[in-house]
Parts: sequence; structure tokens; C-alpha cells
Amino acid sequence: MATDTLLPAQVRAAPQEACAHCGEPATKAGERFCCTGCAGAHALITGLGLDQYYRLRDKAAPVARPEDGVVDWREFTETLSDNRQRLTVLVGDLQCAACLWLIEHALRAQPMVTRVQISGATRRLVMEWTGDVAEADRLVGTVARLGYRCLPAGSDASAEGLAEERGLLRAMAVAGFAAANIMLFSVSVWSGHANAMDPATRDLFHGISALIAIPAIAYAGRPFFRSAAHALRHGRSNMDVPISIGVTLAVLVSIAELAQSGPHAYFDAAVTLLFFLLVGRYLDLRARGFARRTAQQLLAWTTRPVTVKTAAGLVHRPATRVMIGESVLVAAGERIGVDGIVTEGCSSIDASLLTGESLPQAVSNGNAVHAGAVNIDAPLTLRVTAVGDATLVGEMTRLMEAAEQGRSRFVRLAEKVSRWYAPVVHLTALLSFIGWVYLGGADIRSAILISAAVLIITCPCALALAVPVVQVVASGRLMRAGVLLKSATALERAATIDTVVFDKTGTLTLGRPRLVAPDNEAAALLPLAASLAARSKHPLCCALLAAAPAYEARADVREVPAQGLVCETVDGEIRLGNARFVDVTAQDEDGYSVLWLARPGHAPVCFRFADDLRSDAATVIAALRAQGKRLLILSGDHAGAVRRVAEVVGITEWQAGIDPRGKAEVIAALKREGRHVLMVGDGLNDAVALASADASLSPASGLELAQNAADAVFQGDRLDAVLDVLAVARQNRRLALQNLGLALGYNLFAVPLAIAGLVTPLIAAIAMSSSSLIVVANALRLDLGRKTRSAA
Amino acid sequence: MTVLLFLIPVALLLGGLGMWCFVWAVGASQFDDLDTAGRRILFDDADAKLRERN
Repeated sequence: MATDTLLPAQVRAAPQEACAHCGEPATKAGERFCCTGCAGAHALITGLGLDQYYRLRDKAAPVARPEDGVVDWREFTETLSDNRQRLTVLVGDLQCAACLWLIEHALRAQPMVTRVQISGATRRLVMEWTGDVAEADRLVGTVARLGYRCLPAGSDASAEGLAEERGLLRAMAVAGFAAANIMLFSVSVWSGHANAMDPATRDLFHGISALIAIPAIAYAGRPFFRSAAHALRHGRSNMDVPISIGVTLAVLVSIAELAQSGPHAYFDAAVTLLFFLLVGRYLDLRARGFARRTAQQLLAWTTRPVTVKTAAGLVHRPATRVMIGESVLVAAGERIGVDGIVTEGCSSIDASLLTGESLPQAVSNGNAVHAGAVNIDAPLTLRVTAVGDATLVGEMTRLMEAAEQGRSRFVRLAEKVSRWYAPVVHLTALLSFIGWVYLGGADIRSAILISAAVLIITCPCALALAVPVVQVVASGRLMRAGVLLKSATALERAATIDTVVFDKTGTLTLGRPRLVAPDNEAAALLPLAASLAARSKHPLCCALLAAAPAYEARADVREVPAQGLVCETVDGEIRLGNARFVDVTAQDEDGYSVLWLARPGHAPVCFRFADDLRSDAATVIAALRAQGKRLLILSGDHAGAVRRVAEVVGITEWQAGIDPRGKAEVIAALKREGRHVLMVGDGLNDAVALASADASLSPASGLELAQNAADAVFQGDRLDAVLDVLAVARQNRRLALQNLGLALGYNLFAVPLAIAGLVTPLIAAIAMSSSSLIVVANALRLDLGRKTRSAA
Repeated sequence: MTVLLFLIPVALLLGGLGMWCFVWAVGASQFDDLDTAGRRILFDDADAKLRERN
């Protein structure tokens, strides 16, 4: 929090203890835990003798709020043999390696468990045990009681992607092995050409090469052959067609040469080619697979269970399985899962992610609330009016999907090149064959040999590596900067950005209030106000505490939901709350949030709060302006609050009180003007705009739906991720174009040699390897540039 | 040079063994997560203490 750095001494002086499990402030002074969930988790951990976890971890544990009985885990359990079961679970909130250690050991402590495997990258937990299927619920319950959310992993598309990745990795290993071994024989043959190698030895070496190459190509070439066959069946051509033809032709020609005991065989070229291509393909799939898996995980977490009041008591159910008209209970601090009308209780809700409004709104009987808002003070009972697709969230999702279709028409750079590259290659090979037979007077055999050489040389080896390598290096660099790329084409789209649109609440600002410099009277009363505020979890009270010097929490404080706190003293009541609560007439506060403190015999005193800007917002905006970008703020908040932020960061174009469709329309209008728009936003009201912009970014603190719509998610309280993304995107594009240039330049140089019939297997091997290495080395410059910059 | 007839199969066999090991490791999902395993060794001490206590 920004205030931690501002007021470290005061914050530390607060007597309130941090929860021994999750580190959140404990509710009462003297308590060790913030809630019963955390107390339970702590008891479980120490009971199992795993208390070293608290020493090992380097990040606080997630707040333990077990949600039992939502999923019937027996359905997802796989029975391996008569008595052995296996269950795969997706685990959320994993913070660090200590979490993996904890989960692993907590499960191993169960006597029936035979195998536990948990992966920090895929967040998959695989457990096997001997015994009844019914143990599943208990085992998952153990993990849940430690404070980790569990979801059924199922055999979804992500598992399929993983299988494809593994297949390519295996093919790569086989091709690499074959290429290295064949190269040993080829080098001997090449040096033999100079030193008069015995033809019998040469034929033996060619024969061994063939024995290695043919099965290796049959295995490792399958991804290309399959894709080429698929394209040809549909009357299209792609990169894989020339690759398949080239490799097959090279092998056939070499076998013919071998049969006639000829001096040249292209086995090494064919296999090396496959190896390099597989490297590129693997990198590409890995980058895209990672993006897809991230998106899926984000999506999975949105399915939070809802507490439904039924005749039989409280039942947890996924939001999609709640009926209209049912009663739903929303605890304080919980995110509302359905659209509904309040029937019981009064509280205030934080709808900033839905509407962009930074102030909490009071709700009571009869008010409508929407899924996605957070209930702050007190439990609420809702009558459900809409679920699933019919909710505001569902509507946004539909609009967002429609907007995303426009984006999917984006054609990647590599695809653009390959569209015309394949026909050109085929034509060149054919022309050189015809030319040699009819004009050059060569025999069919040497003409075929030459056109095979042309196909091998032009095979888009460097071309297939050129873009994926740059992309992998770029996304790795962004990941270290705390930016998670979700879409593989995002960087290419972000490279041409000339307009940046910001949301206000939660994007330019942190979405949390901070006390605005109080006047002398208010400052003197701050400890008193804080002693009351310590009782509440309302965001304004937290902000007050954060700004207050040492204070003592009072025990005799009562909370009046959605209004304030009251404390009885001998002189009368001390009240801390909204204007109505202390009997002052509310005035327009120009976008500030206020808390009033009323003491007996004194006029009420006002504390004003503003949503804090991200610490580097102004510098980032200035840097973007210096780059000549057009900057806009589109916010759903009140004009006053938006104007203030716009003035501080120095953006002149802003619109306030704009609804989600309005935001998307503004972006559509900008795009019609021919501008390339980057949208940065965090809320539900930004989701459609995020999906319709050319590229989009969302902070990790945003709503899951917004993160789903965005191309990249950035972590932390700083906004400079925007600059990072734009800089890396530009560099990515420049290097990708350079690499394509290098790859094509190499072809311009080598193809005439091949057509002239001068390319021997030796030259083909050197040319191909060197062009691939140059392309990879050029891509690595992207990382090198970062190191020198950070060193400077 | 007849030693080649012996050495080449031996070399290929050894190389093939390495390749088979790798392919097996890929199939056994050893390459699905490259980050966690590196950090896990840091917890060996904790494991040893745990065993002592039990």
C-alpha cells in the first residue's frame, strides 16, 4: 500500500496484530487470527507438524475460507484398479514453493495416499490413494481447509494442448538425435571427398545415414505431413506443403543416389531441417499454449459458489445452478454472484469494478444489486432476479465475445509472409527443373537433384524460427517485468498503437481510498476516530487506520451497517459515519468520500478521502505523451473525481459517467478514424472496451472478466507496465521484421546457387544452420537490450 | 577400419539410449513444469527435520 511507505512508523505503532496465518489484521486486539478459517488452517498445519511452513514461505498465505460441499469430487475421481483412485485438481491461490511443500506434506500425512504431485506452473495437483472413492471429498477438504481453492481439472483442452506439446518435444528429441548422428557421418563423407575416401566406406556411411534418417523422418515429420495433407485436402497451401515436399523429395533423391552409389546424399539436410523447424514450432506452441492455459485458469476462478437459503438450510451451489426467485446469502466481504434485490439487511457495496464509481454505495431493502459487486459491511439476503447469461456480467460477456470476433480476423505477420512464400518456392523449384531439362540439357536425374536442392535451400527454416523465437524472448522478458501475455498475437497488435485509453478507478488509481491531508482539528482527532474505526472493515475505516498515528482500539464500539460506528461514553455517544448518521446535511463533496466524527458538545468533524493515484501514473502519462500518443480517460465515475485525476496526471481528453457500451463506442469511433487503440482497464464496465480495442491491458487487481478480455495482465501497484508492453511490442516487431529480412535475404543469396546446381549437401547444411543460428541470435538481442538498460 | 563396424553400432546404441530416456521423461511429464523442481530442493532441510520428529 502506498501509505506503508509514507507512514511506516505510525503503521507499525498500531497495536492490532497481524493474523498468524494470512497476515491480514486480526479483528480484535489480542487475537492471533483474523477469522475462524485461518485459525482452523493454522491448527491443521501445526497438528500435522508442518509448522515450518511459516518459516519457509516468503509470501503470506491466502485467507482460509473453506467452501465445502460445492463439488462432488467422487464424480471426478478416476479408478485406476480395483482399489486405487486418482484425482486431478486445479489448485488456486498458490503463492510460492512453500505452498506446494505444504499441500504435498499435508496430503502425504494421510496414510492411504500413495502419490502426490503438484505443479506450480500448471497448478495441477494429482493425488492417488488406495481405498474408497469417497475419500476424495475428505482429501480435497484437507487442501481447502489449508486455504487453497480447488476446482475439478477434468480432461479439458489444456490437457490436450499439453499432449500436443509433449508430442512435439518427443519429435524434436528424435529429430535432434538423428540430425546429430547423421551429421557425424556426413562430416566424414565431406572430408572424404577431399581425401579420396573409399567409395565402399562412403556408401556404408550413406547407408547408415539412411537407416537413421528414414525412421526418424517418418516419426518426427508427422506434424508437418499431417498439416500439409490437411491443407491440400481443403484446396489450400501452407508452409508445411513445401516443407513436406522438400523433405520427402530430399529423402527419395538420396535413396536413389545411394542405390546408384552416387557421391551426394541429402539425409543430413532433410533431418536437420526438420529439427530446426520443430524447434520453431515447439516454441510457438508453447507460447500460445501458455497464453491459452492462463486464460482458462482465469475463467475457471470466476465460478465461485453462491450460498443459497433453502428449506433444508444453507447450500453452496455454483452461480449457474441458482434459480430465479431463490434467496441467496452474501456474507460481508464476499463478492456477489448473482443479480438480485435486497430483501434483508443493509450494507454498503463496492461496485467500482462494475461502474467505475469509486465510492461505496449504501444498499438496503428493495435495492437492486449486480453480480460482481463486493458486499462490504454486513450480511445481505438477496432475492435472485437473474442468473448466468441474464446477469449484467453475462450481458457484458456476450458483448465482449462479439467484440473479440473482430480481433480474431487479425492476420499474423508470419502468416502474411507464408501465404505468398509457399507458391513462390514451388514455382522456383519447378522452373529450375524445367530449365535444366529443356534449356540446360541436363538429364532427368541431375535436374531432380537440383530442384531438390532448391526446395531444401528455400525451406522456410529460418522463416519458421524467425517470429516464434522473438515472441518467446519478448514474452519471457515481459513476464519478468510482471506482465503476463495471454494472447500470442497481442505484441504484434500492440506495436502500432498510437492512442491509449485509460479507465480511472483501479487503473490510473489504485481503487483504494486514502485520507486527504486533514486540517489541524481533524488531525488532532485522528487517534480518536481510529479507535472507533478499528472495529470496521469498511475501506474508508481501513484508510483512516492506515493514516492514523498510534491509537488504541476500543472494545465498546457497535457497528450500524451502512451508516457508521457508535461508542457509548459517560458524556454521550461518539459517532463515526456518513453525514446522515451524524445529522449533518450532506453536501456535494466533489468526488471525495467523507467520514464524519461527532462528539457530544462539539460540531462534527469531516475526514475526506480520495482514491490514490498509482505512484507512477503521472510519469507514465508524461512518457506516453512524449512518445506522441493520444491519451484519453473514459470513466464511469462522477465528473468531479475524473476531472481531478485528469488534471493531476495531465490528460486533457476525458469523459465521465460513461457506460460500458459508451466506452466501446468511443473506441470504435477512434478505430474508424484510423487510430490504433490500446485500452487499459480493470472493471466489468471496461470488458467490452478491452475486447474491442486493438490491444488491451488489465491490472491483476481487476475483475476476472476484464482480465479475460485483456491481452495482457500486469501485476503490482505501478503503471509502467504500459510502457514496458509498448516498448517490448515495438522491439518485437522490429526484430521480427529484421529476422524475416535476414531469412529472406539468405534465400536471395542461396537460391541462385541452388538453381545453378552448385549446392552440395555440405553447402546446404552450412547455409541452413547458419541462417537459423543468426535468426536466434538476433532474437536474443531483445533480452540483451534490457540488461544493458537496467545496468545503466 | 573394421573397428568402425563395431564402434558405430555401439555409438548409435548409446545415443539411442539417451534419446529413449528423454522421450520417456517427456512422457512421464517431467518437462511440464520446469520452475517448481528447482525451488523444491530448498525444502530438503525441512523434510529432514520432519523425518527426525516422526
